[in-house]
Amino acid sequence: MLRQASPHSWTGEYAVEAVDLVKDFSEKRAVDGVSLAVPAGSIFGLLGPNGAGKTTTLRMLLGIIEPSSGERRVLGHTRPIEAAHRIGYLPEERGLYPSMNAREGIAFMGALRGLKLKEARRRADRLLEENGLSDWAKKPIRTLSKGMAQTVQLLGTLVHEPRLIVLDEPFSGLDPINQGKLERLIRSRAEDGVTIIFSTHVIAHAERLCESIAIIAEGRVAFKGRVDEARERLRPIVRLRTRESDGAWRSALPSTARNEAGEWIFELPATGPEPLLKALIDGGAGIETLAIERPGLHEAFVAIAGDAAARAMEEEPVE
Amino acid sequence: MRELVRSAFVIARRDFTATVLSRTFLLFLLGPFFPLLIVVIFGAATAPMSVSEQPTVAVISTPEEFSELSQARDRLQDTFGALTMVNLEHVAPTGQPQQGARYLLSGKPGVVAVLEGGLGKPHVLGTIRTQSGTAKQLRLFIAEARRSAGNDEREAVHMPVMQTSTAIPAQNVGARAITSRAGQSLLFLLTLLLAGMLLSQLIEEKSNKVIEVLAAAVPVDAIFLGKLLAMLAASLAGIAVWSSVGVGAMAAFAPAGLETMPPPAVGWPAFILLGVLYFAMSYLLLGAIFLGIGAHATSAREVQTLSMPVTMAQVVIFALASIAVGAPDANRTIAAAVFPLSSPYVMIARAAEVPGVMPHLLALLWQLLWVALFLRIASNIFRKSVLKSGPVRRRQRKTAKA
Repeated sequence: MLRQASPHSWTGEYAVEAVDLVKDFSEKRAVDGVSLAVPAGSIFGLLGPNGAGKTTTLRMLLGIIEPSSGERRVLGHTRPIEAAHRIGYLPEERGLYPSMNAREGIAFMGALRGLKLKEARRRADRLLEENGLSDWAKKPIRTLSKGMAQTVQLLGTLVHEPRLIVLDEPFSGLDPINQGKLERLIRSRAEDGVTIIFSTHVIAHAERLCESIAIIAEGRVAFKGRVDEARERLRPIVRLRTRESDGAWRSALPSTARNEAGEWIFELPATGPEPLLKALIDGGAGIETLAIERPGLHEAFVAIAGDAAARAMEEEPVE
Repeated sequence: MRELVRSAFVIARRDFTATVLSRTFLLFLLGPFFPLLIVVIFGAATAPMSVSEQPTVAVISTPEEFSELSQARDRLQDTFGALTMVNLEHVAPTGQPQQGARYLLSGKPGVVAVLEGGLGKPHVLGTIRTQSGTAKQLRLFIAEARRSAGNDEREAVHMPVMQTSTAIPAQNVGARAITSRAGQSLLFLLTLLLAGMLLSQLIEEKSNKVIEVLAAAVPVDAIFLGKLLAMLAASLAGIAVWSSVGVGAMAAFAPAGLETMPPPAVGWPAFILLGVLYFAMSYLLLGAIFLGIGAHATSAREVQTLSMPVTMAQVVIFALASIAVGAPDANRTIAAAVFPLSSPYVMIARAAEVPGVMPHLLALLWQLLWVALFLRIASNIFRKSVLKSGPVRRRQRKTAKA
């Protein structure tokens, strides 16, 4: 249970805390008892397929919608709107006024978050210049390319220098170059002590960027913790190629081993690599290659969230 | 509260700028002139005003002086042709003190002022201003009468005007019902024309997905309040333009202006101020409801569908308010004044018929309270019913497209 505390009693250890958040819509329960604790200054990923409850969780954390039950505290406030001036939010469905020019669009978002308009415009000019968009500052947003418009919205999210940045599917719609830019930007903000929470259905982004993740499937948190911890839930994977296709050595392989295009793939037995290696050599396998790999986040995700969730993730378009 | 107002101002500034600086706002400003243009084209507006539409000034003087003044008026009428002159009505002096004031209070229809002091020391008592068209015409008549009588003085006619907003004589209540009904109708027409725009106000945010950004940054109450204030400001800007054109047209075609109408009981300046305030209240009250209803529309087509019942509801409210005209203290009138949606219409009618400002201050406070309540209810409904849903899932969209 979170204390109904004032921001003054906030220790600052966690930028965001949520306990048993539930959101019921008329036809279904979208979020079912999500609990999170996002350390201040970390990059935190919410991982899961579309419809898993990521966006609803983020919207509850931001106070856009109220939870049916449960509690949350954002930057020390149990009412997130009270911390709005220190939060930046990039929604999945990007929202900009097409008739506004880029500079005014960014300044407007800064003014919404408490900046004086003059200061917001000054910062908008600087951000546009830093991102090579000065020539487009006075152009209506409707005339910008999709990538430029997304950059403008992102700059609007950052213009008031928030302490918590919430990005809902931020890589969606970006080309690889802009995805790389965004990754660098996320890292640089985190180095400045800003807490960043982003949702994604692309495991690779979470794996590259996040220190901690929460895997959400069907409205529930299937896993939360450090990325390493997720990986460590799986045993290392062995990839083996042999000259001999059969022999006594086969009894050293676990029953779950599968052969893919002449390569045996199986989890490293609990006894470790040495007994396995000895059994293969003694059994006359004729080892051509043997690799012991640490499992990736994808494998961890499959193990944690299940095949169905993993397939749903794979079906999502990866922009 | 401070943050609510600040946030509302940020949103209002954006919306006001986006509305007023758009090309469509020019069209919006020109809208009311189209019917007027048709009237002008068909000649109705160019026809001179009839004599009966001109105000009447009672002249307390000897028959000789009145005759000179009346002849001077007729000569000037011949000279100026199309420009019709103020009517003069002779009243024989009785020698009683304050005869002019008594005559004015008698509430004779159409009489807006009383001229006393003859051609020598003229002075006026009435509901006209010193520089009004009526007063200027009277000075012209007097100057012409003096010239005709052989007095070649070139100096300007000194004719002080004592302006008064008279208490209502019993006979004048009926006449003031005209002003009352005109005020109500104008208020209704403006609200009908302008508040309807609020139905479509949140469509832009919803279609552009800006609503998500706004709702994360500021309280939903501030979004509603900001949008209401922006559209109110845009409407007042429109009204200011139309009024300016109206005043200009009045100066050109009907110099007697408002003097042709029975003066409201609270006087014209207070009546106009109350008119603006009641328009604002009426706009905010209905606007808060329309904004809440319109927020549920997802397209312009849905807004069009919603417009009809909304217009009908406004007509019903206007009908409810119209029972107040001519019966300012009746129970039914008080009930309609208490009902928040009809209250502004009832109270503007009261301003025309009954003097006294205090009831209006109370009414404005009462209406303001309801504005706050309506806003809160509308934004709560909006939050619950519109913001509840997440983005449409891609696969669902694909299925829908298929």
